[in-house]
Amino acid sequence: MFYFFQVSVTSYELSHLAALEAEAVHVFREVAATFERPVLLFSGGKDSVVMLHAAAKAFWPAPLPFPVLHVDTGHNFDEVLRFRDETVEALGLRLHVASVQDDLDAGRVVEETGPGASRNRLQTVTLLRAIREGGFDAVFGGARRDEEKARAKERVFSFRDEHGQWDPRAQRPELWNLYNGRHRRGEHIRVFPLSNWTELDIWQYVRDERIALPPLYYAHRRPVVQRDGMLLAATRFLSLVDGETPYETTVRFRTVGDATCTGCVESAAATPSEVVAEVAATRVTERGATRADDRISEAGMEDRKREGYF
Amino acid sequence: MQLLRIATAGSVDDGKSTLIGRLLFDSKAIFTDQLAAVERASRERGEDYPDLALLTDGLRAEREQGITIDVAHRYFATPKRKFIIADTPGHLQYTRNMVTGASTADLALILVDARKGVLEQSRRHAFLASLLGIGHLVVCVNKMDLVGWSPERFDEIREDFRRFAMKLDVADLTFVPVSALHGDNVVHRSASMPWYEGTSLLHQLEEVHVASDRNLIDARFPVQYVIRRSDFRGYAGTIAGGVFKPGDEVVALPSGFTSKVRAVWGPGGKPLEEAFTGQAVAVELADDLDLGRGAMLCRPGNRAESAREVDALVCWFSSRSSLTPGATYAVRHTTTETRGSVERLEYRLDVTTLHRDETASALSLNDIGRIRLRTRAPLLFDPYRRNRTTGGFLLVDEHTGDTVAAGMITGAVASPVVWHTAAVRREDRPTRGATVWLTGLSASGKSSVAVELERRLVAAGRPAYLLDGDNLRHGLNKGLGFGPEDRAENVRRVAEVARLFADAGVVAIASLISPYAADRASARTIHDGLPFVEVFVDTPLEVCEARDPKGMYAKARAGEIQGFTGIDAPYERPASPDLVLRPADGDPAAMAAAIQALLDDLG
Repeated sequence: MFYFFQVSVTSYELSHLAALEAEAVHVFREVAATFERPVLLFSGGKDSVVMLHAAAKAFWPAPLPFPVLHVDTGHNFDEVLRFRDETVEALGLRLHVASVQDDLDAGRVVEETGPGASRNRLQTVTLLRAIREGGFDAVFGGARRDEEKARAKERVFSFRDEHGQWDPRAQRPELWNLYNGRHRRGEHIRVFPLSNWTELDIWQYVRDERIALPPLYYAHRRPVVQRDGMLLAATRFLSLVDGETPYETTVRFRTVGDATCTGCVESAAATPSEVVAEVAATRVTERGATRADDRISEAGMEDRKREGYF
Repeated sequence: MQLLRIATAGSVDDGKSTLIGRLLFDSKAIFTDQLAAVERASRERGEDYPDLALLTDGLRAEREQGITIDVAHRYFATPKRKFIIADTPGHLQYTRNMVTGASTADLALILVDARKGVLEQSRRHAFLASLLGIGHLVVCVNKMDLVGWSPERFDEIREDFRRFAMKLDVADLTFVPVSALHGDNVVHRSASMPWYEGTSLLHQLEEVHVASDRNLIDARFPVQYVIRRSDFRGYAGTIAGGVFKPGDEVVALPSGFTSKVRAVWGPGGKPLEEAFTGQAVAVELADDLDLGRGAMLCRPGNRAESAREVDALVCWFSSRSSLTPGATYAVRHTTTETRGSVERLEYRLDVTTLHRDETASALSLNDIGRIRLRTRAPLLFDPYRRNRTTGGFLLVDEHTGDTVAAGMITGAVASPVVWHTAAVRREDRPTRGATVWLTGLSASGKSSVAVELERRLVAAGRPAYLLDGDNLRHGLNKGLGFGPEDRAENVRRVAEVARLFADAGVVAIASLISPYAADRASARTIHDGLPFVEVFVDTPLEVCEARDPKGMYAKARAGEIQGFTGIDAPYERPASPDLVLRPADGDPAAMAAAIQALLDDLG
C-alpha cells in the first residue's frame, strides 16, 4: 500500500527539432526587428535551403522581410543554379548575385592555377564587396557549429569589423536568448540561426518538412575521378591530372559548393528517409568526406574566417 | 526526443576537454576523420596516445597554448536524448565564457582532479552554476587512476564539495568517480572501482529529469516583432513562461489593456491549441490593441513586475573598463533596450568564500557583485530565480558596443521599505548559526529528533532553538490552513524566522512536514548563503500510521480531516537531501548525533 503522490507534471515537451526551429525563428525575428538591412546568404545548398525555409515560416503570413544573396563562384553545379532560380521564383524573393568573375575581371583577385585550384578562397573578397555595396548590416549564414572546430567556437551573432574580419579572442559573451547586434556603420553582424543543428538534424527536418533540395543530394549516376581519397565530379570546371580517368558511378553529395573542391560519396540513398538512415550511420564528417579546402591545414577554416569567410 | 543542454566547468588541467572527448568517443559520436586528425596532431606533439582534448580545442591559440579559450559547442546523441555541450574554459581570465556557456544549460558538469581536490576554480564554477540557476550539478572526480582508484579519496572530495555546496542553491547534486583518459565510468561502468554503486556519467545525463525546471506557471510573452499582412496582425515572439491558448484573457503591459487570445500560430501558420515556454509563435488578439516590440502579454491575475529600480547580481566581463557607481549602459532585457545607470554597488562577492566585501568601489573583470540599477523605462520582469528569461539582462557599453556584464534581477526596489544595514556583521558574532530543516510525514519522528538535537547542541555550548511546525501554528502561523498555498506561506514564515536565528548565530531547528519540494527549495533560497541542512526523516507511511500518536491518521482515514499528507494529499520526497534518516538508523538520540556531526563538520 503506497500513498505517496507526485504533483502531476503535464508534459509540455518540445521535440528537439521543434526546439531548434523555435530557436532559429527567434533569431530571424530578432534580426528583422533590430537591423536596418539584413540579407540571407542563399547558395542552394541544403543548409541555406533549410535556413530559408525556417525564415519563411518565421514571418508567416507575411513575405520574407529581407532579400537573399548568392555569391557565385562561376563554378557552380548547373542543378544548383537551376534550383536557386526556381526557389527565388516560387517564393517571390529578391535575389542579389555577387560574382567572383567580376572581381577576377577587375583584377581584385587572381585565379589560382594547378590541380588544387579552386575559387573557394576568392569568394571572401566577393562576399565582402557585396556586403559593402548592398549596405547590409546583418548577414544570415547557414553555418553550423558541428561542421568544423573553428565554427564550433562561433557565436550566433558574430561581430565583424569594417574589414569583415572575425576575432575569435574578442567575441562578445552571448547569454540566454539575448543577442547584442551593436555595430557602427561599415561593420556588420554575421548571424547563424542554425548554429545548434547537426547534419542529421538538417536531414530529419528536410524529411519531416518535405523540403525540396537540388537533385545532387540524392543518389544518381555521374562521371567522377578519384583524387586524394575523394570522389570529385568530372565537370567542365575540373582540370584532370595525369593518370586520372573519369568513370561513372552512383553517388550523392553531402555538401554543395564550388564544383572543383566539393566531393561526393558513393551512395544509394535516393530519398530523404534513406539519407537520414545513411547520415545516422556514417562515421565520417561531411566536411571530412567532401571538402578538399578543409584539408589544407589544421586551422584552415579559422584562417579563412578571420579574413571574412563564413 | 528531448534536448539536454550541458555546460562543463572545472579548473585548468582537470581534464575537461579530455572528458568530453571521451564522452564523444565512447558514445561513438566522433567521426573517423576527426579522430585521424587528433591522432596526427598528437603524434606531431610527441604524445603516445590520442589527446582527445584536441577535438574540442579548435583555435590556433588554444592548440599552441594547450588551453581552452572560448566556449566550443559539441553535439551528440544517444537513442534516448540529444545533447548540446557548451565546453567552457577553466582559466580564471575566461570566466565570462563559462558564464556564457552556462546561461542556457540544464545541467552543469564540474570536474575535480582527484589528486588536487576541490580547488578555488571548482568552487567558483559551482557557485556560478548555482547563480545562473542551473538546477542539476554533476561533479566528476577525475583522474581516479592516479590516486589508485581510492574510495577514501573520492569520499573525501565528495564531502568537501558537499560542504561548500550546502551554502549554494543547488537542488540536485551527484558525484561520479571517473578516469576520462581511460574511460572509466564515463560511458561504461568501470571495473576498477567496484565500490562505486552509482551509474556511469552518460547514464546520468540520459536519465536526469529536467522537464519540470521550466516555469510553466507564470504566463509571459514578450512581443518581439509585429507581423502584418492585410487584415492579419500577429504579435510574434517566444513564450518566456507559462502556457497561452485561444480564449485566454490577457493583459498587455505596460499599457494595461486587456483582451482575449483569438489564435496562436506556430511557425509557418500551424494553428496551436496551446503553446508553452520556449515555443516561437504568433499571437492574434480579439481586440485591436496597439502593441509593439517590448510589450509583454501576461494573465490579468498574474503579471510580471514593473519597476524602474531593481536589485541585481551582475558578472562583469570587460577587461577594458570596470563597473562603478554612476556609470550608464544600454540595458538589453527580454525584447527591450533601455538605458540604465548603476545607482549603487552594494557589495562585491568573493565567490570562493562567499564573503561580501561591502567596501568595494568597483567591479573589474570576472567580478561578481550586487548592484542597484535604475532604468529610464520600467523593466517588465520576474526575479531571475523564478524565470531565467524575464529575469536576465545584459549591460552593453554604448561607446564600444561590447557586452560588458550579465545581470540577474533579484527583485524590485520597494521604495517605502528601507533596508537598514546593521553595524554588526555576521562574522563579528561569537557563534556561527545554521538551519537544520527536518522534513517527513506526520509521526515520522521529526519532533523527537529535533528535541534531542536541541538538547545536545545547547549542552555542548552551541546556541540552538527549536521551531516546531505544530507549535508555530499556535502563534506565528495561527489561522493558516493545510492547502498548498497556506502550506507554502507556513514554510515561508518558518524559513524567514529560521534565517533570522541562523543569521544571529543560533542553530535553528525547523521541524515541519513541508510536503512540497518547491516550498523546501524556496526555504533554502531564503537562507541566501547561510548554512542550510535538509534532513529527510524517511519513515515509511505504514510505520507512521501504526504510530499515530495524535490519532491523526485514523481521523484522516475516517474522512474527518481533509488534505492530510500521505493520505489524500501528496508528499514529495526530497530528491537530494543532505541527510536521510531511516528507522534502521537508530533511536532519536542516534539520529540527532548524526545531524550534530554534520553540523560540526560545517564549522
